[in-house]
Amino acid sequence: MTTTGPTAAIVAKKHPVDDLLRADRLPHILCPGCGIGTTMHCYLEALVESGVHVDKHVCVSGIGCSGRTAGYVKVDSYHSTHGRALPFALGIAVYRPELTVTVISGDGDLSSIGGNHLIHAARRNVNMTVICINNFNYGMTGGQAGPTTPMTAKSGTTPYGVADKPFNLPHLVNAVGANFVARWSVLHARQLKDSILRGMRKPGFAFIEVLSPCPTGFGRPNDVGEGIEEMLKYHRRCKWDDKARLEDVDIDMLRPDSPVIVGNFVDRDRPAFCPATGAPPASPTGATEESTKERAAMKDAH
Amino acid sequence: MTKTHRKSDQPKNKPLRTPMDLSYAKVPQGQVYVIPERCKECRFCVEFCPQGMLTLSTEINAKGYHYPQIREGREKDCIHCGFCNLVCPEFAIYTHEIAAVDTPIQEGSHEHAVTE
Ligand SMILES: Cc1ncc(C[n+]2csc(CCOP(=O)(O)OP(=O)(O)O)c2C)c(N)n1
Ligand code: SF4
Ligand code: SF4
Ligand code: SF4
Ligand SMILES: [Mg+2]
Repeated sequence: MTTTGPTAAIVAKKHPVDDLLRADRLPHILCPGCGIGTTMHCYLEALVESGVHVDKHVCVSGIGCSGRTAGYVKVDSYHSTHGRALPFALGIAVYRPELTVTVISGDGDLSSIGGNHLIHAARRNVNMTVICINNFNYGMTGGQAGPTTPMTAKSGTTPYGVADKPFNLPHLVNAVGANFVARWSVLHARQLKDSILRGMRKPGFAFIEVLSPCPTGFGRPNDVGEGIEEMLKYHRRCKWDDKARLEDVDIDMLRPDSPVIVGNFVDRDRPAFCPATGAPPASPTGATEESTKERAAMKDAH
Repeated sequence: MTKTHRKSDQPKNKPLRTPMDLSYAKVPQGQVYVIPERCKECRFCVEFCPQGMLTLSTEINAKGYHYPQIREGREKDCIHCGFCNLVCPEFAIYTHEIAAVDTPIQEGSHEHAVTE
């Protein structure tokens, strides 16, 4: 026992991860009880644990509340256009293979307007980690239904309730061969951080779905309630099963007591996408001698 | 909406078995730090602290939110697990380890502990 014991909470001005944040922009614009900040935090902790220098990390987002992440993390980051985070990140991952590329974006951005990019990036097994923040709606634009919104859910565009079955995203990306597939809720902050780290270290396409409260767009119109109430639902209903059959891991937040299966579902080693040589280039800039020559020739041609 | 405040501020569940290292294990002791101006009163930290030792302040910050503080008499209970820090969406709370304490492990953890 030390002589100076702990005291009541000490008021601080700075947080230990502030150095990795554009802290002058905090508090961020996200609503109270929104899970995006927690996801951002887990990403930064994984980044620190990765041991890879912060200058070798890149964060790419699309448009949406989740897409604001790129504007708050103090790593090289790109706030791309709606739905195009993945092709943008693919360009970086292929041209600069020595970088650790992470995409953090929303369910709408990645699976609706960007849905085709998602399928093909996973199929090609592009070396990147995709953190898909699934809040079951388009939060930023005021709570419209998208391809992850559960059936019967009320939203700005579905006043009588959603009529169609939502995506089961882990099943989708697994079916086309992603190397790593996981799902957590933001309540599983530790497991989420560990999965992001595994994704960063995994060659090929890593996909992590993060279930996240959106009290403003999804919670209130659907009687799910505030962020904390959605978190308590995750606490009650999430079941960790790494070996779950992925065709069975549909989520229905609106059907009381239907389980929500979470876990690290897939970890395989298909070769990662490498269009230039078929093998990852060796030079530190990521450019092979041939590709450098090719690019020089292309420049000359223009 | 249902109220979600915890029924008791005491750690609740008993461990399933007695840890084998109980006689010599040291429990880290943490000091809690809060950045009141960032807090948006989501209550994630209060609800999911495995020690159940946090509560909301009576005062409010500039935006009108109540921020976390330590329950009276619970200053020594923080085990520096770091969960409040990681789960906080606002980067508004964290802990530092200040000592490892010899006292035997607290019996069990709070009902919402999903941190391990
Ligand atoms: C090309 C284009 N179409 C539509 C929009 C409008 N828009 C902005 S964000 C968004 C949806 C975002 O939803 P999601 O990706 O789930 O992010 P969230 O806000 O829920 O985190 C839409 C439709 C846009 N900005 N650009
Ligand atoms: S609208 Fe939803 S997703 Fe956007 S900041 Fe608010 S709670 Fe988060
Ligand atoms: S570090 Fe753990 S025990 Fe300490 S206040 Fe935070 S959640 Fe509670
Ligand atoms: S988790 Fe963060 S924002 Fe939420 S009540 Fe605690 S300190 Fe405030
Ligand atoms: Mg969304």
